[in-house]
Amino acid sequence: MRYDIRLRINHDYPGAGGIGRHQIRVVPADIPGRQALTVQQLVVTPAAAEYITRKDFFGNSTTMVMHDTAHSQMSIAMRSQVEIFPLSGNFDTSVTLNELPREIASITSLSADAPHHFLGASPRLPPNQDMAAYSRACVSPGMTTRDAVEAVGARLHADLAFDAQATTVETPAAEAFAVRRGVCQDFTHIMIICLRSLGVPAAYVSGYLRTEPPPGQPRLEGADAMHAWVRAWCGKDAGWVEYDPTNAVEPASDHVVVAFGRDYDDIAPVQGILRSSGPNVSAQSVDVIPSASQVRNA
Amino acid sequence: MSGREQTRDDSLARLLQAYRRTADQADELVFPNGSLRPVWQDLMAHLAQLTPEEIEMRFTRGDRYLRDAGVFYRKYETEGPAERDWPLSHVPVMIAETEWDRITAGLIQRADLLERVVADIYGENRLVADGFLPPSVIAQNPAWLRPLVGITPPGGHFLNFVAFEIGRGPDGRWWVLGDRTEAPSGAGFALENRTASSRIFPNFFARSDVRRLSGFFRAFQQAMEPTAGPDGKKGRIAILTPGQMNDAYFEHTFIARHLGLLLTEGEDLTIRKGRVMVRTVDGLQPVSVLWRRLDAETCDPIELAATSQLGTPGLVDAVRQGGVRMINALGTGILETRALMSFLPKISRAWTGGQLTLPNIATWWCGQPRERDHVLANLDRMMIGSAYSTRLPFDAGDGTSIGGGTNLEALSRRLATEGRDLVGQEAVTLSTTPAWSDGGLVARPMVLRVFLARTRQGWQAMPGGYARIGSGANTAAIAMQQGGTVADVWVVGDSKPPTEQITAAPSVVTRAHLQEAEALPSRAADNLFWLGRYLERAEGNMRLFRAYHDRRGSGMPVEQPLMQVMQGFIAPGSQNLPTPPAKLAQSFEVPLEAAFRSASRVRDRFSVDGMVALHDVVDASRKMSITPMSADDIPRKVSVLLRKITGFSGLVHENMYRSMGWRFLSLGLSLERAANMCTLLSQLCQDDAPDGALDLVLELGDSAMSHRTRYAGAATAASVCDLMALDDTNPRAVLYHLSRAKTHIDHLPGSSENGRLAPMARLGLQVHTRLAVETPETLSPAKLTGLRLGMWRLSDLVSTTYLS
Repeated sequence: MRYDIRLRINHDYPGAGGIGRHQIRVVPADIPGRQALTVQQLVVTPAAAEYITRKDFFGNSTTMVMHDTAHSQMSIAMRSQVEIFPLSGNFDTSVTLNELPREIASITSLSADAPHHFLGASPRLPPNQDMAAYSRACVSPGMTTRDAVEAVGARLHADLAFDAQATTVETPAAEAFAVRRGVCQDFTHIMIICLRSLGVPAAYVSGYLRTEPPPGQPRLEGADAMHAWVRAWCGKDAGWVEYDPTNAVEPASDHVVVAFGRDYDDIAPVQGILRSSGPNVSAQSVDVIPSASQVRNA
Repeated sequence: MSGREQTRDDSLARLLQAYRRTADQADELVFPNGSLRPVWQDLMAHLAQLTPEEIEMRFTRGDRYLRDAGVFYRKYETEGPAERDWPLSHVPVMIAETEWDRITAGLIQRADLLERVVADIYGENRLVADGFLPPSVIAQNPAWLRPLVGITPPGGHFLNFVAFEIGRGPDGRWWVLGDRTEAPSGAGFALENRTASSRIFPNFFARSDVRRLSGFFRAFQQAMEPTAGPDGKKGRIAILTPGQMNDAYFEHTFIARHLGLLLTEGEDLTIRKGRVMVRTVDGLQPVSVLWRRLDAETCDPIELAATSQLGTPGLVDAVRQGGVRMINALGTGILETRALMSFLPKISRAWTGGQLTLPNIATWWCGQPRERDHVLANLDRMMIGSAYSTRLPFDAGDGTSIGGGTNLEALSRRLATEGRDLVGQEAVTLSTTPAWSDGGLVARPMVLRVFLARTRQGWQAMPGGYARIGSGANTAAIAMQQGGTVADVWVVGDSKPPTEQITAAPSVVTRAHLQEAEALPSRAADNLFWLGRYLERAEGNMRLFRAYHDRRGSGMPVEQPLMQVMQGFIAPGSQNLPTPPAKLAQSFEVPLEAAFRSASRVRDRFSVDGMVALHDVVDASRKMSITPMSADDIPRKVSVLLRKITGFSGLVHENMYRSMGWRFLSLGLSLERAANMCTLLSQLCQDDAPDGALDLVLELGDSAMSHRTRYAGAATAASVCDLMALDDTNPRAVLYHLSRAKTHIDHLPGSSENGRLAPMARLGLQVHTRLAVETPETLSPAKLTGLRLGMWRLSDLVSTTYLS
């Protein structure tokens, strides 16, 4: 499946921004076997005085831009083309929850893919007793890790209501869990805390969703902006497995990965510091449509 | 035995009458049999020949030095941080040179190992791959900063300035209790300890062979000396401080002054093309070396903790691009976490083939079953706490508890589920050392802090200077935040005493250095400018307040027009309303507090006397505000305040080096004074002004006597206007201050380029000229108001041109 992806983020600074520095992670990743990035373009307006793209610790493409003159608006426009590969086989090769700790311990590496980064607390996600109890009730010890991931994710999907008014980007996961409401970021954060409480390494994935569903299928929640879901480490053989709790699906051809990290704070699409005197307003729009060439071929 | 020896022994016995060493602790002063250790004998003999009163007098002399030198630390209290006098324990700790050399050799070995370990943790990760470090100890450690992984620090070394907390166990051996690799403080305080203790024991110190401290800083300063950047320019060396709310802020200002380094806060710095630049009144200037006293996590809100207000956006990227040398490298704080200690012995054996000669206290990481079982089996002599904590095992406040006595079942469950995040550490028994209490010496627990700096000749230890002393027999009360004190440490031996002076300015300070130190960060200039304005505002309002109450005291009714006008000046909008003196007093209390806050942020630019004098004014004003006063009292008390505040202004004027900083302060003062005089004149120097208005102007302007000398007869609107507005020789007159302001502006950077005036210089000249061409007859209230607006425009222009 091949997609044309467009993202536009506009920041307005009514108080006229001055010197600003922003770190941007919006370009889809290139992941062998999962997705290939064939075209990419990232334009920041007004043109930045400094512009550097590099990989962060987790291997995510990260662009740092610096503006040294006053401006009242900044826009980030991203265009890319991505090919998503079909999943090769879908056998559950994951180990059981009981066996997982030994598998984790056998990995003596701190590479970006190693499970050790994704256990315990991370900056945004402290452990939580309620979520731990909730998760224990979803699983049994003999379950495979992959079944456990799905069980927790499906249960969360059933219990949480998608509600864009209930939370903001700053809302702690525990608060969203208490009211059982939120958006994809909350669903994802809650599920990560739940999985980690079971000893399952869990990461935050940011990305895009196909805007219009294939004929006859429902439109996915979260397609109007950048989306988020979970990936969990299920043992040496199974490796990382993705799950989207907002839509209760295992991401396949409709999910395009941008970045992964321990939680939102590691990979926020735009992290920035701007010396400005007023509040800033931002707007985001996303289009993920199957490439024209492919439509012709179909 | 001669009679004299007998007397000496008697007085020594008296001195040590209350000194009790305990059987299960080592003691620095006496052997187990009670006889003095040789290294202490001279000092004890010296003390014994003094009476308790004489001893206390000398100790007071040390305290007075510290107070006069403005040495303070900030104590975090429930109602907020407060400045506290430096808590000196007056009796130094004596350490023999041979023992000291063994200690420092062990610590240097340890520092070298730590350097290799941290290089691996941020580099290849061999230690994890080879099984010497469990991956989770790094991956779950909040002090492991992922953005720094893979970066080799510019300058080549992660560690350049470290400290170790060491204690002596019951068997007499030294143990490392904590590694301080992030941003250790205390070395500057150690210099002040030394100066104080050399004042307490002046003659004794001078002839003793105590190792001197000053060479240490000199050697480190040479090592920091930057090399030229890619543009061929040498950047500055700056200290990066979290600011005046930090507990060790005094030390940051002290070191900046002592070594002639630039004192900066995160907001003073900005990153351009991978280089660190400091915002100064003369534009951006490069910084090559940053001696950071800020925890790494708070250094960059973009790549590190986003919530930090203290950092500089992009700093990590500057490090990545090799644009700045950090002391120490960002991320080195991970070495301070307790969990690391449990693996160092094994790493040392594997990497160096040898033991650490100065080992750390036994530590067991509870993520492993065997270690966990050992901790459970030895609970009663085990401190259990967070694996990632960087505090000393006995420092309170992070939930560390002694294992014995707790619910065994709950604890073993906790260890089983959270073991990865916990360590057990052997409970510490510290040695005791003498401290003065109630007229005699008592034994108190002690921890030494030893500083190592990487110099051009390799690691060099600061020979003594800093020990923490417990406030009671309990080791837990050793932290200063819990009432502990700090003692000087004297390393004594048989080598000849060096002749160098401890307080002499570092010899490497050359003229070039001094010029560098003069670079004035915009934030400092801003604070100095506002200090000038607030001080003058406070003084002006004090004079108004005094004049008002003087008249009230002599029976003038408050309804009287002149009184109403004054009340309007003091508390705008309060006319015709009954207003209590406390409310009116706020007119000078508020700006005075603001002045103090501004001054506190630029402490490194004032003489100690200046700061003490300002402290005095603020103290007196605070005291006045909480004591009820009768109306008669007020004028007298305000006069005292006025004398104090003019005393401070005088000190600044007489003693402050005529630097760029002085110009900003003086400019603020002149603009405020000139503008306020314009206000007074526009309302009081008019035909329809209330009775007594002209005399009031002269009184507020402190110019009644000048008026009598210069003009015959009573004050007229014209004579007052002439003296208070147009007289270029009266230091209270508007024109006088506009002339000064113009001179200052002409000396500011960039005031004229290629012979053309910059906007500020142009406006300064315009405002000055507009007044200079006036006569008493032509100077109308409208013109005065216009002039005042011009001055405020000048003030705004100062801010936008230099201070933002």
